[in-house]
Amino acid sequence: MTTTKDRSRHLRRTAEDDSSPPARSASEDRRSFLRRSVSMAGVAVASSAAGLSAARAESLPVPESNKKMGRPIPESMYGMPIKYEDHVARRRTDVFVNKQNWSDWSMTPLQHQIGIVTPNGLFFERHHAGVAEINPDEHRLAIHGLVERPLVFTMDDLMRYPSVSRFHFLECSGNTLTDWAEPKATTVQQTHGLLSCGQWTGIPLAWLLDEAGVKPEGKWAILEGADGSAHLRSIPLEKIMDDVLLAYGQNGEMLRAEQGYPIRAIIPGWEGNTNVKWLRRIKIVDQPMHARSETARYTDPMPDGKWRQFSMTMECKSVITNPSGGMSLKGPGLYEIRGFAWSGNGSITNVDVTLDGGRTWREATVEGPVMPLCLTQFRYNWQWDGGPAKIASRAVDDTGYVQPTVEDLARAREIVGFVQHHNGIFPWAVNESGEVQNAIA
Amino acid sequence: MPSRKLTISIAAGVALSFGAASVLAEGYGPRPEGVAFGTEVSEGDLALWNIDIEGPTGEGLPEGEGTVAKGKEVFAAKCVACHGEEAAGGSVYGSMVGGIGTMTERPRRLTPGSMYPYAPIFFDYTRRAMPMDSPMSLTNEEVYSLAAYIYHLNGLIPEDFTMNAETMPTIEMPNRDAFMVDDRPDASAERCMSDCKPIGTVADGDQKS
Repeated sequence: MTTTKDRSRHLRRTAEDDSSPPARSASEDRRSFLRRSVSMAGVAVASSAAGLSAARAESLPVPESNKKMGRPIPESMYGMPIKYEDHVARRRTDVFVNKQNWSDWSMTPLQHQIGIVTPNGLFFERHHAGVAEINPDEHRLAIHGLVERPLVFTMDDLMRYPSVSRFHFLECSGNTLTDWAEPKATTVQQTHGLLSCGQWTGIPLAWLLDEAGVKPEGKWAILEGADGSAHLRSIPLEKIMDDVLLAYGQNGEMLRAEQGYPIRAIIPGWEGNTNVKWLRRIKIVDQPMHARSETARYTDPMPDGKWRQFSMTMECKSVITNPSGGMSLKGPGLYEIRGFAWSGNGSITNVDVTLDGGRTWREATVEGPVMPLCLTQFRYNWQWDGGPAKIASRAVDDTGYVQPTVEDLARAREIVGFVQHHNGIFPWAVNESGEVQNAIA
Repeated sequence: MPSRKLTISIAAGVALSFGAASVLAEGYGPRPEGVAFGTEVSEGDLALWNIDIEGPTGEGLPEGEGTVAKGKEVFAAKCVACHGEEAAGGSVYGSMVGGIGTMTERPRRLTPGSMYPYAPIFFDYTRRAMPMDSPMSLTNEEVYSLAAYIYHLNGLIPEDFTMNAETMPTIEMPNRDAFMVDDRPDASAERCMSDCKPIGTVADGDQKS
């Protein structure tokens, strides 16, 4: 009865999950079920660690589900996860309380993510004026400025183009920003959950710019949204010609409203806010705007009072999601360390894992598919001896860049205030009780 | 998969290098023959959408003008609930006044006065996004006046300043020269496997040895 699968289920439950109010009466059943299997798992793990095979499961009754008809198929429905997975949900940050929830964010439960694709309902959110809800029949996209032929498109127009699909991660520039100098967040959802990954389907923006005819003096494009902040960013045409998509599809369905329905930009590997949602306008210009979102926001404090600007690439990063903050190991034994690695500069080539706070590192298994600018899974079999441990991962990408520590980053930058672009190695401490805690400092 | 750098000229003499993974090997290719579904539109028909203002030059600033006195009135009616009396911080947001001279301190205090490198940024942002519960509702005169009020509270312009498309780009912003273009990678970690230095902290790195 006690299997690795059982144990991973306990690992995936976190302190934060337990703190959430039960959404349904089924939660009580689930809790008592979990308590039961926790004690059983403890017995089995302890014996296997001792090399014994003494533990015996009880005889198994026929499950109730074998003895009755299941739920009938309704005439029509959008399927949702079973009630026992209610604890898997996006959450706002709990490190501090925002006084409004329009220019705010919610985070992906990476500790529960199975595989590299983030389900659409769990994709992280970052909006500047809430979620725009746009009727696609009324939506228009305009391309103008330094072009031969200013153009306007309906959604029907856009969906007539041949489509392309690519898997790419999206990461907010502010991911992990509460946890530079001291542990603030509890779970990996709170430390790294401004990160998601999906398959995007749409039209290469280069094709639409070719149709409009960019004039030789056109060097940048301003991308602007139809939301209440009319959020915008200046994007260099070189990047657009390389790999920028206008996406209407996300993981097999139309974009969620939170992801910019009916159409958004996907700027592969670049910070989330450049991937303008609810896209309504593209203006070709000869130089960047230096908008508020490119000066007063999304810039990085540097020594001597300076600010780094247009730092849009999300550099190579990784994190262990299992075990991670808020989880608890049930006694010594074998545990699979799992996590994600990604780079806005290319593909992941290696991931190393440390169990002793960085003194020694061992190479983890990188699990395919490995795609550029996409989440990549890694795993490492850890035989925990029951003593204190400090575990972390370190990713390498195909430019040869090695994920740095926060110490390395602080040497080059000024870590003061809400600092963006934290791609530092992120340690978790495991104590003798098996409790896993944020150990950034 | 080969990687390469994109070098992008951002202004005369300034180059910006982006790390970029080329996906051209499996790239999109050119626009397929005969695929063109856009409808031509005139710039005039896009006038209400064409609201971006170029920070450094103020290009795109509209007609109209504003004053500090008028800005004080507009602020009291439409902004004070969130931003507080005299923009000193309110129920939702922190101060929009002061912070000039704090960029080498900890913390840096960020306000439109201390942070914006170009004064027209205020017009662009306020017109498109404020007030938060009613964006794009302000008149040009109201936006110019709010800019005059806030920049005056920051000590950047006199009380009798007339804010318009000509005067706004001339305001000298203290953070004008504080910005540098992306020069990453700026951390060069080694892939040490044994006898390594333990994972350090921000405090360790702050010593900038």
